[in-house]
Amino acid sequence: MATPLDSHDPWSLRESYLFDRAIIAEIQRAAREGIYDIRGFGAKRHLPHFDDLLFLGASISRYPLEGYRERCATDVTLGTRFARKPLELKIPVTIAGMSFGALSAPAKEALGRGASEVGTSTTTGDGGMTPEEREHSTLLVYQLLPSRYGMNPDDLRQAAAIEVVVGQGAKPGGGGMLLGHKISDRVAAMRDLPKGIDQRSASRHPDWTGPDDLEIKIGELREITDWQKPIFVKVGATRTYYDVGLAVKAGADVIVVDGMLGGTAATQDVFIEHVGIPTLPAVRLAVDALLELDMHRKVQLIVSGGIRTGADVAKALALGADAVSIGTAALIAMGDNSPEHDEEYRKIGSSAGFYDDWQAGRDPAGISTQDYELAARFDPELGGRRIANYLRVLTLEAQTLARACGKSHVHNLEPEDLVALTVEAAAMARVPLAGTSWIPGSNGAR
Amino acid sequence: MTATEAVGAAVEVVDLAVTPLRELNQRLHDLADQTAGPERWRVLNPNGAHAVACGLDAELEVEIEGHVGYYCAGMNKLAAVRVHGNAGTGLAENLMSGTVTVDGNASQSAGATGRGGLLVVHGDAAARCGISMKGIDIVVRGSVGHMSAFMAQRGRLVVCGDAGDALGDSIYEARLYVRGHVAGLGADCVEKELRDEHAAELRELLLQAGLGDVDPREFRRYGSARQLYTFKVDNAAAY
Repeated sequence: MATPLDSHDPWSLRESYLFDRAIIAEIQRAAREGIYDIRGFGAKRHLPHFDDLLFLGASISRYPLEGYRERCATDVTLGTRFARKPLELKIPVTIAGMSFGALSAPAKEALGRGASEVGTSTTTGDGGMTPEEREHSTLLVYQLLPSRYGMNPDDLRQAAAIEVVVGQGAKPGGGGMLLGHKISDRVAAMRDLPKGIDQRSASRHPDWTGPDDLEIKIGELREITDWQKPIFVKVGATRTYYDVGLAVKAGADVIVVDGMLGGTAATQDVFIEHVGIPTLPAVRLAVDALLELDMHRKVQLIVSGGIRTGADVAKALALGADAVSIGTAALIAMGDNSPEHDEEYRKIGSSAGFYDDWQAGRDPAGISTQDYELAARFDPELGGRRIANYLRVLTLEAQTLARACGKSHVHNLEPEDLVALTVEAAAMARVPLAGTSWIPGSNGAR
Repeated sequence: MTATEAVGAAVEVVDLAVTPLRELNQRLHDLADQTAGPERWRVLNPNGAHAVACGLDAELEVEIEGHVGYYCAGMNKLAAVRVHGNAGTGLAENLMSGTVTVDGNASQSAGATGRGGLLVVHGDAAARCGISMKGIDIVVRGSVGHMSAFMAQRGRLVVCGDAGDALGDSIYEARLYVRGHVAGLGADCVEKELRDEHAAELRELLLQAGLGDVDPREFRRYGSARQLYTFKVDNAAAY
């Protein structure tokens, strides 16, 4: 794409760091439209992340495993604390909650097909459980959200686990949002809402407030499901150390911590970019709380928010997570932002690699839409195959790194296998800066 | 030792002073899959226990003799549950069908997110009665607290006494009827004309609730002005 810089002497123009092109465009948009920018995707600015960590690998003092000969197990059991029927996963990567409403029915089906093929779970979202996803997801986690759209005891009982959603990394403290173009007849009926409205879901649960109530609420869910289902509590990463401790106290089997790098289908840009803490420090804070309560590995920890590669998976596990969840990456694996749709992305003012208007319902890939014709373009079998492929690659990559560190199970990865590339990451993940024994802020610093 | 004993022909009595709550709820749940079993139950000494008789899914009559804690009759289907006492937070939350009746008062969030069935409170209900209601009918003989019917989506809330502040804030398509004083209406909630069809449905609801002595013409009707259904910058001050 041609930019003004192309027609000028590049040495004569200087862009402001403070008022860069994105900021100037946003000020002008705000002045024109008079309302905040609502968009999908996740944080777009640079944030400390797992890329700022490296594995040390085996050496004289540690022995690697043979990459093609020695087994490196990846199975995870979730819900061993109280549930009669814990969730058994073959890989440590699950599909995060994304609603029917935000996503098309065939996209939800594809997530189920792919996850089931490799032995992991998918999660409903702020719109209830569709028959398509129930049918195609062998292991389906059912979310209990503040809105309670479509909530009913039959779906609770046919779920593999229940996830009480307190918050989401992209918007901790914010409720759901689904704009009118995506409230089709079917979505409206499932949510008991009028068609075509701009729907805001509540940010607080309607029948409990605070950790003591949450304990009683979890007790009710256990009673309704006869103590069979694992109960997850999902929080957006903010005061993670305290939230995790309180969720343990409230009786959670599994805690899901979603960092601010997590995605969303529709949220104010200001919320996405400015609320919450990154995933990197959140993992460490969550593990600190679990260790202090002697609950690490007894209450399982799932970490999400910006997981893209097997390296991200392995680093989250090394810091103490039991599993990770993917959302944005799963949509991309299914075809979101694919160059094959570039011409159509350009027609709606975007481009492949930049598309974030998941709230608008005009997705040429047929994923983040309720438009029948657009959704019909999406092939759920192909999408499912891509999800399965991608999940396999994430797992193989994580195993590769774990074997290099001499681990026969990905859960044997540990913080001692890691160093940090930046002072910030060293402080947040509490691993030494590479080449030093310095962990900023640690009492053991030398 | 079990505290369960048969009284008369068909009433199963469970004393929570000696029987664990888990055992009571499991026995009630087991009836969802069975064609035979006790249809009438009496629960003694609830003593404020939480989650009493939640998740039922059979045409049972359950009489609870005393006060209950949070989430009594939560997510109920088909059963008729009656509390001879007061009820804590989240009474009959997410009610699907059947009826739940409380002789005394109900704490906050009574009938929250209910999708069907009928909830009757003979005393007062506290704050957030009918919050996010999705098809439930709620009849309160006394008054309701603030933020009642917040984001109410479907169903009907009938208040024979007064309503607290911010009634029906951000309401969708639920219909609200209040006989007494309304301290204040929430965002996008307005008074609407009580036409004959509304008086008729109100009469029917009052009859179902056993309040046939109350005159439907004494009520005022409230519902959504539908001004906040789509984002408009001119409405920014209302959010």
